[in-house]
Amino acid sequence: MNLPIYLDNNATTPMDPRVLDAMVPYFTQKFGNAASRNHAFGWAAEEGIDYAREQVAKLIGANEKEIIFTSGATEADNLAIKGVFEMYKEKGNHIITCVTEHKAVLDTCKHLEKAGASVTYLPVKEDGLIDLQELENAITDKTILVSIMYGNNEIGVIQPIKEIAAIAHKHGALFFTDATQAVGKIPVDVIADGIDLLAFSGHKMYGPKGVGALYVRRKNPRVKVTAQMDGGGHERGMRSGTLNVPGIVGFGKACELCRLEMAEESKRLSALRDKLEASLTTLEESYVNGNREFRLPHVANISFKYVEGEGLMMAMKDMAVSSGSACTSASLEPSYVLKSLGLSDDLAHSSIRFGLGRFTTEEEVDFAIEQTKKAVNHLRDLSPLWEMFKEGIDLDKVEWVEH
Amino acid sequence: MPRIYLDNAATTPIDNEVLQEMYNVMETHFGNPSSIHAHGREARTVLEKARKTVAGLLKVSPAEIFFTSGGTEADNMAIRSAIVDHGIRHAITTRIEHHAVLHTLQALEKAGSISLSFVGVDAKGNVNMEHLQDLLATNERSFVSLMQANNEIGTLTDIEAIGELCSQYGAIYHCDTVQTMGHYHHDLRKLKVHFITCAAHKFHGPKGTGFLYVNPAIRINPMIYGGAQERNMRGGTENLYGIAGLAKALEIAYRDMDQHQAYIQELKSYMISRLVEDVPGVEFNGEIGPEKSLYTVLNVSFPVMEMADMLLFNLDISGISCSGGSACSSGTNIGSHVLEGIVANPDRPAIRFSFSKFNTREEIDFTVSRLKEISSSLI
Repeated sequence: MNLPIYLDNNATTPMDPRVLDAMVPYFTQKFGNAASRNHAFGWAAEEGIDYAREQVAKLIGANEKEIIFTSGATEADNLAIKGVFEMYKEKGNHIITCVTEHKAVLDTCKHLEKAGASVTYLPVKEDGLIDLQELENAITDKTILVSIMYGNNEIGVIQPIKEIAAIAHKHGALFFTDATQAVGKIPVDVIADGIDLLAFSGHKMYGPKGVGALYVRRKNPRVKVTAQMDGGGHERGMRSGTLNVPGIVGFGKACELCRLEMAEESKRLSALRDKLEASLTTLEESYVNGNREFRLPHVANISFKYVEGEGLMMAMKDMAVSSGSACTSASLEPSYVLKSLGLSDDLAHSSIRFGLGRFTTEEEVDFAIEQTKKAVNHLRDLSPLWEMFKEGIDLDKVEWVEH
Repeated sequence: MPRIYLDNAATTPIDNEVLQEMYNVMETHFGNPSSIHAHGREARTVLEKARKTVAGLLKVSPAEIFFTSGGTEADNMAIRSAIVDHGIRHAITTRIEHHAVLHTLQALEKAGSISLSFVGVDAKGNVNMEHLQDLLATNERSFVSLMQANNEIGTLTDIEAIGELCSQYGAIYHCDTVQTMGHYHHDLRKLKVHFITCAAHKFHGPKGTGFLYVNPAIRINPMIYGGAQERNMRGGTENLYGIAGLAKALEIAYRDMDQHQAYIQELKSYMISRLVEDVPGVEFNGEIGPEKSLYTVLNVSFPVMEMADMLLFNLDISGISCSGGSACSSGTNIGSHVLEGIVANPDRPAIRFSFSKFNTREEIDFTVSRLKEISSSLI
């Protein structure tokens, strides 16, 4: 077992060696520009792209013509939201999203507010799910887009996508979902779910970094987005720029592997995750965050009360885990996702996201359990708050005096 | 003979040293550079080391380099952000710019954000400096986008002179350097430019990665939102191996630049003289002299022939890969906007040959001999 063990597969995943094998020829012999239409190097590259597009489409039940390759999920999120806002501005300017979305969605919405968009940020219930009635109530005749993520990156909660899509459609709005954490981990079908636009990326599913896709529905209804990057007119004019051929080929392979191995892999991971969770919740005053029924199979987010957050991370130095999203982890702010579930700053700080992955072994999970227990117990031994709690003092009623 | 690749302006084969560097990063540093644990910190080190390498070569501060998904994104980011954030109402460019610039400016014009002026170019693609000065003088603060070397005809622009002129009139100057980055030294301490752009795959680096240089004198907002990456200027998990590959490729390009430039220039000059000798009626689009043209690009104009569209096809059959123009628009049947922009004779078929350090004299000999046969058979 190599230390530190990697349990942060929601931030990024190691690349599967089979993915790299698929990419190698496109670095070396087949190095052409996929847009070069009059020679063999161009055709070979284009063939690789076409095949990858089929592999990617198949994973989400789409047609390959509905896949727009991007540099990643963030770019795809930006393209979907800004692209719809600009394309449908005659129809309205109202967007509905949710407070626990990824920054790529929230920051894009905030940016659009300056450009005249009106945005509703739905709250979530204690379990991280949105209230469907609240969604429906928020819709106005100006609503053009509902943007709700598929699976949450911090707590793994899966939103009722099909129901959300139906509500959006009933009122003539489009439905976009950031499915970066869900695609490849659980079955996602754009037709069955009624999804109009969907963003995802390679590096969250054992593929390469720097590549992702936006699904844009072509039928019932035909959805259009305004391009956010102009140029040579690649990707049917919706996203210009020389295609990252090896990256896309790797992304395609990663999608195929996920599609073929998902059923078994999700069983294996949820068993390991459940083991981890069951064992860690035997610790007193530890709580699992988010709905446990509607949840991605590989994520466990657990709060350990009366433990100092920073100390916890330090004490777990043999494990790569996170206290929230990597994209915001550089800041010392507590997780806004956990706070929106109603957690206090302190409890949000003393929460750990365990993100299991394809290369996580049972041995590693056992090690994680042991290390976490040791760290929590050790920190509590040092904690006056824990001592007070054990003495039966209700800490919420204590009046603190500042010195 | 293996296939001959003479389309290096479209993309270049990756350098083996670059590839090894990327494999190394893929295998040992898979973390997300934004994660604070050990895997993340190691990845962050790789990222910042790459930024430092690039900045060092261009003689700027690492804080002025922003990694992107490529040249098109970098061009779009510079143009869109600068124009919107600085309330620019007028932009100047030429009709022979790359589509990443031209189409972006046209989209902004269509949206009513700017009015767009085209500075004149002569028959060889040289920018009319008097006209540029007039446009700068008669309009309020302008955004100027003029590329360093044209990707189809290779004509070089005196970007130092343009930088001076723009600075004199307080204009914002964006220079698309996608074709020249890694092929010439760029000393940004001396050059008066606000933005330059880079795509790694044009100098034996990987596809899907590039950068935008932003002069510290100008502030812009992001184009892609969501996350604190690139110091809040470009959301999205960094393409770590791509970026490491870019830095390595640029390092190699700078290390071997003089040698490769001399070698490639020699190949180009040789091809010019062989073509003039062996192919009757051949001419060249754009400048061809070493001082005035990009040494990697040669645009050849063939005499009017009946079956002109068979020319590229026959070259491909002969195992020679080259292009009728930019790869980015080569799927279309519309003629080259660059050749139209310099008012080239539309009846004369044009082929762009573009070279790299991997090409040889033998390949040029073979190509010229095939061209001689093919063009005489098609007349």
